[in-house]
Amino acid sequence: MFKIIEARFLAENIKLFEIEAPRIAKKRKAGQFVIVRIHEHGERIPLTIADSDVEKGTITIIVQGVGKTTRELNLKKKGDIILDVVGPLGQPSHIENFGTAVSIGGGVGTAIAYPTAVALKQAGNYVITINGARNKDLVILEEEMKAVSDEAYITTDDGSYGYHGFVTDKLQELIDQGKKIDFVLAIGPIPMMKAVADVTRPYGIKTVVSLNPIMVDGTGMCGGCRVLIDGKAQFACVDGPEFDAHKVDFKNLADRNKMYHKYEQEALKHFEEKCKLTEKINTLEQAE
Amino acid sequence: MNQLTPKERMKIPRHSMIEQDPAERSRNFSEVNLGYTPELAIEEAQRCLQCPKPTCVAGCPVNIQIKDFITLIAEGDFIGAVKKIKEDNALPAICGRVCPQEEQCEEACVVGKRGEPVAIGYLERFVADYERESGKIDVPEVKVSNGKKVAIVGSGPAGLSCAKDLREKGYEVTVFEALHELGGVLVYGIPEFRLPKEIVRTEIDGLKRMGVKFETDAIIGRVFTVDELMEEEGYDAVFLGVGAGLPWFLGIEGENLNGVYSANEFLTRVNLMKAYQFPEYDSPILDCHNKNVAVFGGGNTAMDAVRTSLRLGAKNAYIVYRRSEKEMPARVEEIKHAKEEGVQFMLLTNPVRLIGDDEGWLKGMELIKMELGEPDESGRRRPIPIEGSNFTVDIDVAVIAIGNGPNPLVTQTTPEIETSRRGTIVVDPETMKTSKKGVFAGGDIVTGGATVILAMGAGRKAAAAIDHYLQNGAW
Ligand SMILES: Cc1cc2nc3c(=O)[nH]c(=O)nc-3n(C[C@H](O)[C@H](O)[C@H](O)COP(=O)(O)OP(=O)(O)OC[C@H]3O[C@@H](n4cnc5c(N)ncnc54)[C@H](O)[C@@H]3O)c2cc1C
Ligand SMILES: Cc1cc2nc3c(=O)[nH]c(=O)nc-3n(C[C@H](O)[C@H](O)[C@H](O)COP(=O)(O)OP(=O)(O)OC[C@H]3O[C@@H](n4cnc5c(N)ncnc54)[C@H](O)[C@@H]3O)c2cc1C
Ligand code: SF4
Ligand code: SF4
Ligand code: FES
Ligand SMILES: [Mg+2]
Repeated sequence: MFKIIEARFLAENIKLFEIEAPRIAKKRKAGQFVIVRIHEHGERIPLTIADSDVEKGTITIIVQGVGKTTRELNLKKKGDIILDVVGPLGQPSHIENFGTAVSIGGGVGTAIAYPTAVALKQAGNYVITINGARNKDLVILEEEMKAVSDEAYITTDDGSYGYHGFVTDKLQELIDQGKKIDFVLAIGPIPMMKAVADVTRPYGIKTVVSLNPIMVDGTGMCGGCRVLIDGKAQFACVDGPEFDAHKVDFKNLADRNKMYHKYEQEALKHFEEKCKLTEKINTLEQAE
Repeated sequence: MNQLTPKERMKIPRHSMIEQDPAERSRNFSEVNLGYTPELAIEEAQRCLQCPKPTCVAGCPVNIQIKDFITLIAEGDFIGAVKKIKEDNALPAICGRVCPQEEQCEEACVVGKRGEPVAIGYLERFVADYERESGKIDVPEVKVSNGKKVAIVGSGPAGLSCAKDLREKGYEVTVFEALHELGGVLVYGIPEFRLPKEIVRTEIDGLKRMGVKFETDAIIGRVFTVDELMEEEGYDAVFLGVGAGLPWFLGIEGENLNGVYSANEFLTRVNLMKAYQFPEYDSPILDCHNKNVAVFGGGNTAMDAVRTSLRLGAKNAYIVYRRSEKEMPARVEEIKHAKEEGVQFMLLTNPVRLIGDDEGWLKGMELIKMELGEPDESGRRRPIPIEGSNFTVDIDVAVIAIGNGPNPLVTQTTPEIETSRRGTIVVDPETMKTSKKGVFAGGDIVTGGATVILAMGAGRKAAAAIDHYLQNGAW
């Protein structure tokens, strides 16, 4: 049983939680994640540890409501309980002073990239952050990112804020301006990570991505999270989640992540119907 | 009961298990075996010749006093019988169900030399169930705390039995488990229709009532290393019963297609995550209705997976095994049940590659016929591919059940613990001591994938050695 100490929305559908988990807080390193199960009938889903406070004994997760489990989680409030939180899982990010490091986040990937950006800064890198969102309302962690960056850029697909375009457009622009980039970290939707890998490949810039395959146990027991790296299967939960972007088979990952699409739609529908019902009951009760 | 002569005893036929009808059970998840009635149990017990030198006992890896417990059953003292078993085996309801009896106790029973052996497993199961259903399981007495703390890593049969013995001796015992449920393979691997989870839960509740502490969601190597357990958390000794939970794949083309599972994933989704009750439970599993499912392998895990696929609706469920039935490592009963339920066996056949479509979905498999050559190091005849005998079969779901290796989470973070080339932990076979002072190990992490009873025996052996070590301090 893990208590929620703090909960607030950062943007529509994106919620930050501070959870009491002192042991994990003490051990976690940038790049690691937890697996969460919210109730007895729940599935196990991985979420990156965005931050931690050893003194308070808390970890922070940032959750984008995309389907049944994340939406149900995002209904939770301060004081509520999460049944299971296990971690820290995965290999920590490989951090060193590369020189100039660019951290690229797309959507909720910004939250996942944040702890690693902090660690890169602490290791002495010149840190450039590029964080993309569909529009102005979906920009998250702007202040936090600015605080760890030597240069911070925001891009929006519709141009409603910051740079008008994709994160890769901004990255290409920096390269074209002759900026010497030694390391790129890219975290976000699969097409975005693939696009970043395609941009940096011709320049031989070391590029790391954090992969998000479907997981169950997170301990190397099920093999469901296997991804193809240089044609060989690796388990993202124990060998990753970060891998050399130039070796990742993104098509295989994208295909595998669609494996339960039909079921996920069904689960979400089932959940939304239940929510509506509860809402109805609540309004009826209030009316009485 | 002594009025029966040995000859008369030999004349009583072995009583078969009462089972659910195959057509019905292959579509539900309830237990297949329904158990003996008290009358059947007494009659079956009367088949035992009460040998002056019972050979059966040596056939059991933990040397249960088989003759004595069977005598008690014949006398109608079922509770006495289960107490007798529990002197050597903490988990009779489980072992009675899953032990490979035909190669252990029953293989060694003299009655079996001329007919069918005494049904030792069924009897063991019967008395354990009788005790549980009577609600009169007594909690073993626990000695006054001796103030020493032992950490058990892993809640499979090895960890549970080690925890029980140490707690009885007065140790403060905490079991750390990586998953959200306790029981190891007993809950995530072996299906409900073979081992109801309620039984495992009852056993664990008993341990809780004895004062064993359990911490789920606690991965050793991550939240604490073994060193931290001993140096910072105050544990005087550590037992590693972390099992062999790392699934092997075939290494053939197409293994990353959608629809290809490891047996661990397939079974974990169904058993631990209850995916067969989706959407009441949130974890999904591919619906097998009207689908063809192929399971690669010939062990218990393969049988569990293929029978599970039938229960998920599979139209055709295949076992693909590269040797012949004789070499199959699965329990005889599982093979029999699988056949009765309609599983199709493709023997002397090996997968060459898995075939997919453009969107990455499994569509078929290419197989090759095998023949048996000379025996290999395992003593079984080596399968050799017959060139040019390739053929393809349409399938929608594939499950790879060719075995598991040791998970390196603990050993990676504790390099002083010596491991073999295969990654298993090296121990002194008498004491289960590892190369690191204060650390013991047993079960599948030492042997590689083996059996419940061997894991349990190892846990008990380690408990005795831990007690010895903590009482006299000498390593
Ligand atoms: C290492 C790792 C770290 C992650 N960190 C974060 C994070 O910090 N914040 C965040 O919002 N999201 C994160 N994710 C993604 C998050 O786990 C999924 O969005 C979530 O599982 C979706 O569950 P759902 O039931 O809400 O949606 P569904 O509708 O069930 O699924 C939506 C999509 O999410 C993926 N998904 C579904 N089930 C799982 C699963 N069990 N494991 C992984 N992916 C799954 C599938 O591609 C699916 O199509 C991370 C994923 C990984 C692998
Ligand atoms: C599908 C299947 C069917 C089987 N059928 C039979 C059968 O019919 N008869 C039979 O005798 N045997 C059978 N076996 C084999 C038998 O289940 C195993 O030999 C036995 O369970 C091994 O026990 P164990 O205690 O060593 O490990 P496990 O049962 O594997 O338990 C190990 C536990 O440790 C936990 N763990 C691992 N790493 C850590 C960590 N770092 N920190 C905390 N916890 C950790 C795991 O999550 C797990 O719960 C079967 C196995 C499988 C997979
Ligand atoms: S524990 Fe297993 S081998 Fe031993 S008597 Fe019981 S069923 Fe037979
Ligand atoms: S060997 Fe068979 S007949 Fe003899 S005591 Fe054991 S169970 Fe009874
Ligand atoms: S999630 Fe099961 S092995 Fe990675
Ligand atoms: Mg989901």
